[in-house]
Amino acid sequence: MSTNASTATATRKLTIARAMAEATAQEMRADPRVFVMGEDVGPLGGVFGNTRGLFDEFGPDRVRDTPISETAFIGAAVGAASDGMRPIVELMFVDFFGVCMDAIYNLMAKNTYFSGGKVKVPMVLMTSTGGGYSDAGQHSQCLYGTFAHLPGMKVVVPSNAFDAKGLMTAAIRDDNPVVFMYHKALQGMGWLGTEKGATVPVPEESYSVEIGRAAVVREGHDVTLVSLGVGVHHCLRAAKALEEEGFSAEVVDLRSLVPLDRDTVRASVARTGRLIVVDEDYHSYGVSGEIIASVAEHAGCRLKAAPKRVAYPDIPIPFAPTMEQWALPNADKVVAAFHQMMRES
Amino acid sequence: MQPTADQRRWMYRHMVLSRYLEERIEALYMEGKTPVFNMAKGPIPGEMHLSNGQEPCAVGVCAHLSADDIVTATHRPHHIAVAKGVDLDAMVAEIFGKATGLAGGRGGHMHLFDAAVNFSCSGIIGEGLGPAVGAALSRKLQGKSGVAVAFMGEGAANQGAFHEALNLAAVWQLPVVFVIEDNAWGISVAKQASTAVPRNDLRAAAYGIPGHHVADNDVEGVFAAAGEAIARAREGQGPSLIEIETARLAGHFMGDGEDYRPKGEKEGLQARDPIPRYRQALLDAGVLDEAGNAALVAEAHARVEAAIRFAQQSEFLPPEAALEQVFAGESS
Repeated sequence: MSTNASTATATRKLTIARAMAEATAQEMRADPRVFVMGEDVGPLGGVFGNTRGLFDEFGPDRVRDTPISETAFIGAAVGAASDGMRPIVELMFVDFFGVCMDAIYNLMAKNTYFSGGKVKVPMVLMTSTGGGYSDAGQHSQCLYGTFAHLPGMKVVVPSNAFDAKGLMTAAIRDDNPVVFMYHKALQGMGWLGTEKGATVPVPEESYSVEIGRAAVVREGHDVTLVSLGVGVHHCLRAAKALEEEGFSAEVVDLRSLVPLDRDTVRASVARTGRLIVVDEDYHSYGVSGEIIASVAEHAGCRLKAAPKRVAYPDIPIPFAPTMEQWALPNADKVVAAFHQMMRES
Repeated sequence: MQPTADQRRWMYRHMVLSRYLEERIEALYMEGKTPVFNMAKGPIPGEMHLSNGQEPCAVGVCAHLSADDIVTATHRPHHIAVAKGVDLDAMVAEIFGKATGLAGGRGGHMHLFDAAVNFSCSGIIGEGLGPAVGAALSRKLQGKSGVAVAFMGEGAANQGAFHEALNLAAVWQLPVVFVIEDNAWGISVAKQASTAVPRNDLRAAAYGIPGHHVADNDVEGVFAAAGEAIARAREGQGPSLIEIETARLAGHFMGDGEDYRPKGEKEGLQARDPIPRYRQALLDAGVLDEAGNAALVAEAHARVEAAIRFAQQSEFLPPEAALEQVFAGESS
């Protein structure tokens, strides 16, 4: 990417949906092995907009609407990837993994290992996550921990359009299966409330964001706020609120769960001495526990206060807005967690 | 479609090779497992699903395939691997868990991958169907030749994956053939107790594709049906479904007492063992004589013994190699 070009395009803002589609189109132009399949990815352009325009440019062979048969078409993606193609498949809502997880975790994630590294499975499984719009508990989950827990697949979760484009490019070029989890509240769809902070300047040129590198998106010295996806925006708002109270919060955007950039998290906590993890996935056995354990088990760990997490309670996600909004993480809860941490220490 | 004399001898030789391999694996598997059967003991630990009796399915189909064609097989994969031309030394070494195995011992007998001949198998019922459809799609998109064959047992026809994969293959008209090895038993549950239709090939009508039925574990019946289905796939006319009545002469797995079988059933199946039957047919047809048979059997036995020696003499990878090859490009 040339400096001139990036300067020239620095003002062009894209939604995550547009950024994903642009990265996909660029890779499809450059590499005939790349193709897309999934439910409603063709003329409709994806229920969440991330394949918009691809069908018109590349046609029905390379942008394939599938039957509602996730077991078959995700299994087919594994077979096509093993045969030299680079498929991108969409699992429309991550909640639907229950009908097809075998193809994902027993085939996609294990064929490389069970072949002693001789069979590569270069595919991208993109899937929407998250709630906040009263779609209830079969269409609102994040399940980050579920996927990151199972070995053999990389997992990325962008919080903004710049990272989304670069991570999508990196995912398509990766020789391994990559699960690309995009949060619905960041997509920029008119009919879903969209976090404005996710729509950022995106260069027109193709570029990669390295999978496995977290980003310090705000520097600070009193507390480290670690999150991913929409949670990063809660943390940035909380950091702003804390700044008005005279506290300085550092915000780490994980961007990738597998591989997990523990070094960046530990280095930040080493500077601040305090850790709060914010995750819209379930509280127990998930990302928040893993981050805290990764810091706590490290020999260099020196904390000024017990770490805290702001996560989704261990309940199915309710429909009624009053209940759902009460249960979701938000900036106020992050600020409250910090206040409690300061009282306790 | 009639096999040539060469094809007949090829099919017979691979049946003999596969059966002798299974007999040797059976003997080695039992080492360390008597008098008390403990699956974790002996030179070949773990579950073991032998293919004795099902050889006609493998050779009758694979006689039409080249290394370039794709096969996905099941938890009972050895006969199909042998017929597809999987490297026998590396396959047996993998079954022993050795460094020289196909995956350095990470996969074992249910997870055999040989990319050189486009063979893979997996341990879960109906799991190979989607990948076969995808490999066929890959060939179609790349404009490359090659068909994909998904083997499965009759129990797999009751998996959701069966319906999804056949529908997808039919709606996209892909070069894939679905082959059901009907050995009449899903572990201990009889086919008639689990399956609403007497013959799974009848289900082809649900997807508007041809269905073929092969009775009585007939090698040349499989050859004929597979020949038609594979030629159709190669010509771009889409998928087919074949069900073969075959026989499971070993238990579901080694250690299976098979008390669930009706009295006398096993003896009846053994009396119809497809290998002596096919040998007699070839002798009667004059494509094989006794001396030729003896030489063929001796050569097959020698080949298996060499593979077993290779496996036995190979080392194990250091245990920490378990941490490698989780992702592509990691060192081994």
